[in-house]
Amino acid sequence: MEKLERAMPWLFITGLLVLWEAAAVGFKVPVFILPRPSVVAQSLISQWWPILENSWVTLYRTMVGFAIAVVAGALLGIAIGSSRLIYRGLYPVLIGFNSVPKVAVVPVFVIWFGTGAVPAILTAFLVSFFPIAVNVATGLATVEPELLDVLRSLGARKRQILIKIGLPRSLPYFFASLKIAITLAFVGTIISETVAGSAGIGYLMMAATANFDTPLVFAGLFVTAILGIVMYAIFAVAEQRMTFWAKRGDGLMV
Amino acid sequence: MRPFVEISDVSLMYPGAGASETLALEHATLAIDKGEFVAVVGPSGCGKSTLLKLVSGLHAPTKGGVIVAGHEVAGPIKIVGMAFQNPIMLPWRTTLDNVLLPLEIVEPHASRFRSNRKNYEAKARALLAAVGLDGFADSYPWQLSGGMQQRASLCRALIHEPDLLLLDEPFGALDAFTREELWAVLRDLWTAQQFTVVLVTHDLTEAVYLADHVHVCSKRPGRIISSRKVDLPHPRDKYSADFVALVRELHNGIAEVRAA
Repeated sequence: MEKLERAMPWLFITGLLVLWEAAAVGFKVPVFILPRPSVVAQSLISQWWPILENSWVTLYRTMVGFAIAVVAGALLGIAIGSSRLIYRGLYPVLIGFNSVPKVAVVPVFVIWFGTGAVPAILTAFLVSFFPIAVNVATGLATVEPELLDVLRSLGARKRQILIKIGLPRSLPYFFASLKIAITLAFVGTIISETVAGSAGIGYLMMAATANFDTPLVFAGLFVTAILGIVMYAIFAVAEQRMTFWAKRGDGLMV
Repeated sequence: MRPFVEISDVSLMYPGAGASETLALEHATLAIDKGEFVAVVGPSGCGKSTLLKLVSGLHAPTKGGVIVAGHEVAGPIKIVGMAFQNPIMLPWRTTLDNVLLPLEIVEPHASRFRSNRKNYEAKARALLAAVGLDGFADSYPWQLSGGMQQRASLCRALIHEPDLLLLDEPFGALDAFTREELWAVLRDLWTAQQFTVVLVTHDLTEAVYLADHVHVCSKRPGRIISSRKVDLPHPRDKYSADFVALVRELHNGIAEVRAA
């Protein structure tokens, strides 16, 4: 049973690919509309160098943007979650900010910073810091009042309460948000690269589209998905290690 | 001699819009001597827990004043230990680290906590052993049963050797056997260390088993309407005729309050 559980993701992906391959062959779908997985794989192998080079660029930009988002998001979340005044003042602004489609902001960044790495990093940061800030703030704001009473009755100061209770208590929220934020950061980088890039997976896919090289576009999509899954997995493991106390069951409702 | 805790003519109004404003306490007066074990009993919602929050300084009275150890209570006071109906352990800390928590906050322990950690740990382990938790210090609280967590919570309330122990129905959620075991644990700790205890409870047997004085609270808005000295010798037998008679007397008193 446990073996089957481990094999499930692989079984599922293989099944999906086989189904896709069969459907593409069966319905005679032209390659430039929807390439079969085997054709995408060929493209991945034959163009491995440009794909690797551009993946590295995208990964690097994503990680930088994400790192800034983690620091800024966590600090902002702590500020919002621990002060009513800051919450009142900042929260509406943040929501407004987050509602702006980031695609629309990229051209502005290009005017300011050119088409290099900066717009991509900034976009990755912008789309990924919000869930971190909101989650950390939620973690702090939902600390049980009884927990606070325990410390307050000892005469603890606000800062002590934050360090002893608030931060550890919001750690599970923080890590949950990292898993979301890292995948969003990829979206941000690639949006920026497709709109105005000179390198990166997004740029590669745009260039391939212009050449009607659909298999290469799909190769780019595959690589992005794999990068996303790997990063997600890394943060899922980190979450498990840091917040094992918050998850005692297997996390399933049924 | 001046009482250790003086609650004089205290009223407390919980703020709220219009009718949701509640008067929890009105003209409550109570004096507790140093080293005394006092129980406050009364119908639910009579402001018993509010009384504890006033003494600990978590709430300020709307009218009247509270004096503890000669000082007017103006904010949280550091000579108290508190335990509540829920054990309220921090799930990310081991039981030992939970018990050590007050020492990281309360001076003079906090500033020498790092350098003295070994001694403090030994002290916490000894206390845990005294309540029957030896061998569980390094477990996480969620690995313990409710009764064990409540024992640990008692240790946390006592680790910094407070002069005043405030207990808010700490045994209310436990099964009868565990509860009575913990009565004995608490009685022994109190006999050994002679701190002052205020125990809020709705269990009359518990009150009579442990306390020197049982104070009866009226229904809301609460005030102390009668006090009864318990002069049965320890350890008390809850099936003895005197004990049962005393519980019945208190029971009838509260029944009258509820009917009034």
